[in-house]
Amino acid sequence: MPVLSIMGLTAKYGKYTSIKEVNIEVIKGEIVVLLGANGAGKSTTFKTISGLLKPAAGEIIFNDEQIGGKQPDKIVELGIVQCAEDRKLFPQMSVQQNLMMGAYVHRRNKGQIKQSLKEVNELFPILYDKREDAAGSLSGGQQQMLAIGRALMAKPKLMLLDEPSIGLAPLIVEQMFKSIEHINREGTTILLAEQNANAALSIADKGYVYENGKIVVHGSSAELFSNEEVRKAYIGA
Amino acid sequence: MMKLLNKRNIILILILLAVVFPFINQNQYYLHILTLAFIWTIAVYGLNLLAGFTGYLSLAHGGFFAIGAYGLGLLTVKGGLGFWLSFLLAPLITMAIGLVIGLFALRTKEHFFAIYTLCVGYIIYLVIDKWESLTEGVRGLIGIPAPEPIGPITFTTPIAQYYLTLVIFLLVVLIIYRIVHSLTGRTFIAIRNSEELALSLGISTKKNKLLSFVLSTFFAGLAGAMYAGFIRFIGPEIAYTTITFDLLTYMIVGGIGTLAGPIVGTFLILILSQNLQFLQDYRMLIFGPLLTLLIIFSPRGIVGFILLHYSNWKTKKRMTIPKDQVKEG
Repeated sequence: MPVLSIMGLTAKYGKYTSIKEVNIEVIKGEIVVLLGANGAGKSTTFKTISGLLKPAAGEIIFNDEQIGGKQPDKIVELGIVQCAEDRKLFPQMSVQQNLMMGAYVHRRNKGQIKQSLKEVNELFPILYDKREDAAGSLSGGQQQMLAIGRALMAKPKLMLLDEPSIGLAPLIVEQMFKSIEHINREGTTILLAEQNANAALSIADKGYVYENGKIVVHGSSAELFSNEEVRKAYIGA
Repeated sequence: MMKLLNKRNIILILILLAVVFPFINQNQYYLHILTLAFIWTIAVYGLNLLAGFTGYLSLAHGGFFAIGAYGLGLLTVKGGLGFWLSFLLAPLITMAIGLVIGLFALRTKEHFFAIYTLCVGYIIYLVIDKWESLTEGVRGLIGIPAPEPIGPITFTTPIAQYYLTLVIFLLVVLIIYRIVHSLTGRTFIAIRNSEELALSLGISTKKNKLLSFVLSTFFAGLAGAMYAGFIRFIGPEIAYTTITFDLLTYMIVGGIGTLAGPIVGTFLILILSQNLQFLQDYRMLIFGPLLTLLIIFSPRGIVGFILLHYSNWKTKKRMTIPKDQVKEG
């Protein structure tokens, strides 16, 4: 059963059309990757799903509910949480305070927050060690962990991860993808935008390839791996 | 030495100083200035909640201060209500007007928000100045009663008024402290940091910005009501934009977005102004460049400057201790 179906989605920044007639289907429990160069439309798709951008046309159905154009806070409450690109944190707040902000939608459920905090700290022990430190003082990899951890605090059903590997050392990237797989196994469906096609396809069930705001190829990870064009453009072998 | 000077002790010493001040100082004028400083600081705290912690610079703050002052003045003088009931109602009326204005003003952002609220502030001034049948216009409101006695406590002497103001002031500081350190306060800070990020965490930025706006007008209205009850004569000039810019200056000099900033800025400038009175309006020749330098070199004011250097000093200390140990070992 699809958790998320996007049909004919078009989104614009002012007059400029950023994505055009995008169709995506995400089944419960999957990791789905969106591949494409910078500016191909991955982030715009995310922004439209999370409600930061109103769709110009098309439908976004989440668990049988039309969510296109809803307010972002309502969409988070429904269970879609975006972990934005460039690891946006609250730099002056402590690591723990950042995590607590992530649980904002559950602010009246203290027990649940405690439980989520425990889970996040188990997944990323470094965040527990540095809980009192200012988020701005963390390294790049730790900041990414914090951004993902903060998104997890909202207990998402579907997590939108925008380029979690960007600007990280290869070893950290490997760790990051392991963590993403772990989060997925624990029951969170994941929609992932990546330029690192190799790593992303190795953990994903299927993928969509963007070019200039349109999806040009899609298929299972294995299909995309063996696709000549995809290999040439994104895998480099 | 440093242990004695920790945050709690400094606060206790300052409160103690404020409490004993009327006994060590016999000069009525200084008492008057200090009482006023407490009142202004409350208004600055309101401004700081919105501009400093939420990131929305309102330039209508003087207007809301005046609404609070005229609220108390009109309810007592023309409405015939008791002082304390009016004192309770005035900030609430300010809040209600703030709510309506906030609904419109918060559709704008950044510079547009500042310009929009500047216009709102000016309109409030014009309404007070021109609506003579209600506000008496330029003649001003005369005969505002002093606070009525509560049980055996009367508020007729300057010392009694000083203590009344001090008590309300301390309450306000406590409330602001609690707000800033609550989830609501962190929500405001999140909005200041990045509205988009706040939205993507599920925060309704609309609701929270409005809450911050309305709270800020409450403190402006409270300060206005206290001012009217203390000075007991008010004219339209208290709604003029110069008041807004005075408050803004106190906030920026003290430290925008800091808890101690409003106190430091307001007291420093008020005391300095008193001591530089012989310079008349040429004072501004000193204040202007000082303010410019401060904004260039320490955008978060005096308190921001101290906090930055204090935390640098602390990290340095933390970093050097293990080094020494390594040498010895």
